[in-house]
Amino acid sequence: MEYSTDLLNALVLISNYVLIPAISYGSQLALGAVGVTLVFGILRFANFAHGEMMAFGCMATIFITWWFQSMGISSGVFPTALLALPFAILITALLAVAIDRSIFSFYRIHKSRPVTFVVASVGVMFMLNGLVRILIGTDEIIFRDGQKFLIKAGVFKKMTGLSEGLALKQTQVLTFVLAVIAVLALFWFLQRTRTGKAMRAFSDNEDLALLSGINPERVVLVTWIIAASLATLAGVLYGLDKSFKPMVYFHLLLPIFAAAIVGGIGQPLGAILGGYIVAFSEITATYAFKKFIKYLAPGDFVPDGLAQLLTTEYKFAVSFFILVLVLLVRPTGILRGRVL
Amino acid sequence: MSYLTGEKLTGGYGGPDIIRECTVSVDQGEIVVVVGPNGAGKSTAMKALLGMLDLREGRVLLDDQDISALSPQQRVAKGMAFVPQNQNVFVTMTVEENLEMGAYLRRDDITETMEQVFELFPVLKTKRRQIAGELSGGQRQQVAVGRALMTKPTVLMLDEPTAGVSPIVMDELFDRIIEIKRTGIAILMVEQNARQALNIADRGFVLVTGENRFTDTGEALLANEEVRKSFLGG
Repeated sequence: MEYSTDLLNALVLISNYVLIPAISYGSQLALGAVGVTLVFGILRFANFAHGEMMAFGCMATIFITWWFQSMGISSGVFPTALLALPFAILITALLAVAIDRSIFSFYRIHKSRPVTFVVASVGVMFMLNGLVRILIGTDEIIFRDGQKFLIKAGVFKKMTGLSEGLALKQTQVLTFVLAVIAVLALFWFLQRTRTGKAMRAFSDNEDLALLSGINPERVVLVTWIIAASLATLAGVLYGLDKSFKPMVYFHLLLPIFAAAIVGGIGQPLGAILGGYIVAFSEITATYAFKKFIKYLAPGDFVPDGLAQLLTTEYKFAVSFFILVLVLLVRPTGILRGRVL
Repeated sequence: MSYLTGEKLTGGYGGPDIIRECTVSVDQGEIVVVVGPNGAGKSTAMKALLGMLDLREGRVLLDDQDISALSPQQRVAKGMAFVPQNQNVFVTMTVEENLEMGAYLRRDDITETMEQVFELFPVLKTKRRQIAGELSGGQRQQVAVGRALMTKPTVLMLDEPTAGVSPIVMDELFDRIIEIKRTGIAILMVEQNARQALNIADRGFVLVTGENRFTDTGEALLANEEVRKSFLGG
């Protein structure tokens, strides 16, 4: 009897600190990585500005949220940011298209090598980086409103009588639900619609797509709109779940790229898989298992240390490690994407 | 004047000229084969017809219209279909999706054309939901030709359609190409397997170092002593 309670406590503990956070963080990474992988599939370069596009999208959402709040508009238990999201997506998509028309299209006309595109995207990254900081500043901003918790740790403890509490934030559920909806919509679009199929054809074989009469500029335009939409969604979900800090989105670039490459670059499904792999690895590797072991170990055994593989300061090393491992062992990624 | 004519085409890929004053033509309901040794500019001549090459001289006429200034895409819209030698299918897409992409420019109902392609290549119908990259070489060639036919073209250009397939598959493919010809489409084909190709050809062009060497009916070229010695291995 005592042992089964311990087992339940261990399960709740691991759900609360590893499972739930990893699912929501994984969803956020997956959305970001799908954007990176789509741009890579169609435009054939790694877009380093993607993280900043997420920051920009989130910033636009915050401004619109503040404006709505000042007018007294809210969406009750849900965060007001959800109402602002469609408008922010529109703004970010316009920005992405404008950047493409003014910068990347130049290199397309000149048929530049992919590395030139990558360097140009680094330039765009710094530009957006500065733009976001000028417009909204560098401080941490919490723009979440509405109901914070669906399940509170204290209430959970009282209900179950366990000594471990389980907290479920609304943003965590929102993240997962919205990510699933976005991904399903994206796959429906890519598999079923004429434009979506044209995008896949263009990604598969550019020359043959041109011979089939597929308009490359239109495919590129749609790709940027989708990438900007996913980036905004990912940026806002991350910002709601934690908080908005411009620097964080720059840091997110590494796990996002790791996710895209682990899954197989150019493969949207792989990017999603990669997002969860990176998130789970990062959180598992930096979690202190001391209490978890204490519950499960027989007798009164307690580990001396924290039983933590890495301190949280090193969480980015995990992405880096996975990245290097995949490039060494299986450079095409899990779902056989392109080799970079 | 033939339905499609490349007149005195001279040009290359930016460097030295690969074809010089090369003339190739094909009429509707006719199979024309371009043969010649490696590096003779056979594929280049075909790409010149499609506008994938910077022409320094010469012009391309389609149905008495000068189309030299049009882009490859515009020529496809005008009824020219091209099957490249390599990477001629969308390997990550299903057979059916490949055919759909072939008909991308069309806004009307494509089911009838797709049925015609399935009639021509029955094996594709049974494999319509399969990923093209998982098919055998011969089946892939069928997908490639089928994709090109989806635009309802008036000219079908094939760049070495039998490269890398077995002799049995080659015969089969040539039979299908004759069937396509009977529907009134003009067929222009570049071929390594010169003897077999000339066998089914109404006319043939023999190119050497980017220039026309012989032009005659397929039969006459096969009978020509010099052609046989130099290009058909005796």
